[in-house]
Amino acid sequence: MRVMAQMAMVMNLDKCIGCHTCSVTCKQAWTNRTGVEYVWFNNVETRPGQGYPRRYEDQGTWRGGWELNKRGRLSLKAGGRFKKLITIFSNPVLPSLDDYYQPWTYDYETLTNAPLQDHTPVARPKSLITGKDMKISWSANWDDDLGGSALHGDQDVVLGEISEKIKLEFEQTFMFYLPRICEHCLNPSCAASCPSGAIYKRSEDGIVLVDQDRCRGWRMCVTGCPYKKVYFNHRTGKAEKCTFCFPRVEVGLPTVCSETCVGRLRYIGLVLYDADKVLEAASTPNDTDLYEAQRSVLLDPDDPHVIAEAERAGIPRDWIEAAQRSPVHALINKYKVALPLHPEYRTMPMVWYVPPLSPVVDAVRDTGQDAEDHRNLFAAVDALRIPVSYLAELFTAGDPAPVDAVLRRLAAMRSYMRDINLGREPDAAIPEQVGMGEEQMYDMYRLLALAKYDERYVIPPAHAEQAHNLEELATECSLDYEGGPGMGGSGPFGEASGGAAPVAVENFHALRDRQRSDTSAAPVDKETRVNLLNWDGKGAPPGLFPPQAGTPGDDKAVDGGGEVEPKP
Amino acid sequence: MTVPTTWPDGTTTMAADAGTGAIVLWVVLPYISLAVFVLGHIWRYRYDKFGWTTRSSELYEKRLLRIGSPLFHFGILVVLIGHVIGLLIPDSWTGAAGITETQYHVVAVTLGTVAGVCTLGGIAILIYRRRTVGPVFSATTRNDKVMYVSLTLTIALGLAATVDANIVEGGYNYRETISPWFRSIFYVQPDPGLMSAAPVLYKLHALSALVLFALWPFTRLVHMLTAPLGYLTRPYIVYRSRDPRLGNRPPRRGWERVG
Repeated sequence: MRVMAQMAMVMNLDKCIGCHTCSVTCKQAWTNRTGVEYVWFNNVETRPGQGYPRRYEDQGTWRGGWELNKRGRLSLKAGGRFKKLITIFSNPVLPSLDDYYQPWTYDYETLTNAPLQDHTPVARPKSLITGKDMKISWSANWDDDLGGSALHGDQDVVLGEISEKIKLEFEQTFMFYLPRICEHCLNPSCAASCPSGAIYKRSEDGIVLVDQDRCRGWRMCVTGCPYKKVYFNHRTGKAEKCTFCFPRVEVGLPTVCSETCVGRLRYIGLVLYDADKVLEAASTPNDTDLYEAQRSVLLDPDDPHVIAEAERAGIPRDWIEAAQRSPVHALINKYKVALPLHPEYRTMPMVWYVPPLSPVVDAVRDTGQDAEDHRNLFAAVDALRIPVSYLAELFTAGDPAPVDAVLRRLAAMRSYMRDINLGREPDAAIPEQVGMGEEQMYDMYRLLALAKYDERYVIPPAHAEQAHNLEELATECSLDYEGGPGMGGSGPFGEASGGAAPVAVENFHALRDRQRSDTSAAPVDKETRVNLLNWDGKGAPPGLFPPQAGTPGDDKAVDGGGEVEPKP
Repeated sequence: MTVPTTWPDGTTTMAADAGTGAIVLWVVLPYISLAVFVLGHIWRYRYDKFGWTTRSSELYEKRLLRIGSPLFHFGILVVLIGHVIGLLIPDSWTGAAGITETQYHVVAVTLGTVAGVCTLGGIAILIYRRRTVGPVFSATTRNDKVMYVSLTLTIALGLAATVDANIVEGGYNYRETISPWFRSIFYVQPDPGLMSAAPVLYKLHALSALVLFALWPFTRLVHMLTAPLGYLTRPYIVYRSRDPRLGNRPPRRGWERVG
């Protein structure tokens, strides 16, 4: 057993409202440069729909991921080493810019410098590639909310897998959003496709990165990735991909997409896995067994044997503890409600999804039945083969059984919790029907519905012992880890000792303190130090003014000094 | 240089007899070119790893590239192998292996001409594409243009020399003059006299190649030196630990991180 840690994500699709905030903030943070105008490390697709780039799931065309060869061994679908080198001068299956979309801007200048005329001047769209006028006909989310699906709805690759009758019905009935980032796979085919060896998996946290100094622009990774989440920067001639916001994750902050997610549907945490079993699991003969195989690679962080092995592998103690508290591990292996996206690509993706129950609930509600009743919901999951088979094509290589089980668990939770919320006697039979205990069901509900920031994002911050090696902490005093003597107060030699705290860390702690406290200006339970940069002008945080002798004004300060409502 | 050289016809000359012009062209220039080529690559690798790329334009246009690029690249690989054999392997070795001069010549000229035509045709397609496809043209830098001129000129002159000497003139054995001169540069006993006697097209081809080699490290041609042959032997998945070093250069002495 070779234990390795992997930073992973779960997205709860029931909560996604398709607002694209994650995409926009990600773009602002990472890809708002020339050369990557068309690139969205994070994108949100409407399902059914073609996705971005168009029809990327059609591996018959794009040849992404792995397949089993005639001898049953894992091989790259686009061809092995020799074929890669032979076709290196012109990659035959590279998506062209039109498969993504022609990025554009508008000629805003005419709006301000057009001469006086009868008609209002118009800002024409200009291609960012050619600089010429263009007609906008596609973008990263052109079919958002099923827009135009009458024209090209049949282009959905997943719909193509299911039968004709179901297809039409589905388009009329169901819709949900699928946010996608790089999967940071355990068996990344992009890395395997890279002739230069520039794409690597970080051994500490499993994040897959492109070494920009080693990339030579051979473009094989773009083909290799079945999710089409490696992009070619046409300006620098190098491949770029989602970095799992590693500079943030290293200091214990969630990724930008998660931090800004309006629906709070993303969970980040560690999973421990057995690196020796990855290849075997990825070579599972039947596509439909891949979900179980992938789950079996993940280890139970509470198992003493696993803990011992993890310690032997040099995984720090607090990382093991973080893996035990990991919401990702809980959703995948404890509650078994998270499923991997397209396990049949055999890359062992590490961004998992809780499939949406809402299409089922909506369908029940539309019939006038009680959509919160578990019997109705169970019957609907059984009867509504359409969403189930669609979801199965996405998450379990077409096997409806696991999707069915997940949806039943979600339906049971919904119905069980309704009794509690209405003050009725909870019905222990409901969780039992889906093989869960009452307490477990409540815990799952807590995690899916209520979990706060620090429960959704269990990210062990970068290692105090290695702190000096890391990007942001590099200049930091090693005592400045959370709760350490250097954090949130004075350093060992007084207020300013130990050098400046990294901005990200300072902001993170300030923000978190505010989010967790009842007062907006200063947390009552924290040692107080006034940072005027973080003070928004409301109230008077204690410590802002020196205590006045003889007045009982200190009391007022202690009661929070937080939001003070204007007196009438 | 006063190293005596024996000419094919039996006479012996000294490098010093060759005249100043010949020394500049066939002694000074090659060494300058070689030095710039080697040091330039080292410099570029140390200071511009980020710029070390093919700068592929496949994303903009695929149809013409699909024909032009493999045609050019495979052509030039054959040309490269031809040059290695022709320039580095002495006459006497092939003779010892039982290959007669005529056999060698026929094979070399045929293969060389075919490969040369492929290469030239490929680069013609690529240049046409570069000029006519809007996005590709606007991504073309001045550096690229200089490189294209130099590269095309070298290829065209090389092909012209081969065709002219062997098909029009009826054969020229460069292995008695140019090849020994080329090797003499690496023995550090350069003999410009050998080159002075070569036909003018060969001379021009060699000169343009020397210029191309001097430009090489500063253009996109550097991608050739990092041809990914290691891919054939490395494991598929690369694991790497977090890089403890910031940036791509080691810190200066006295500025290393501590602790």
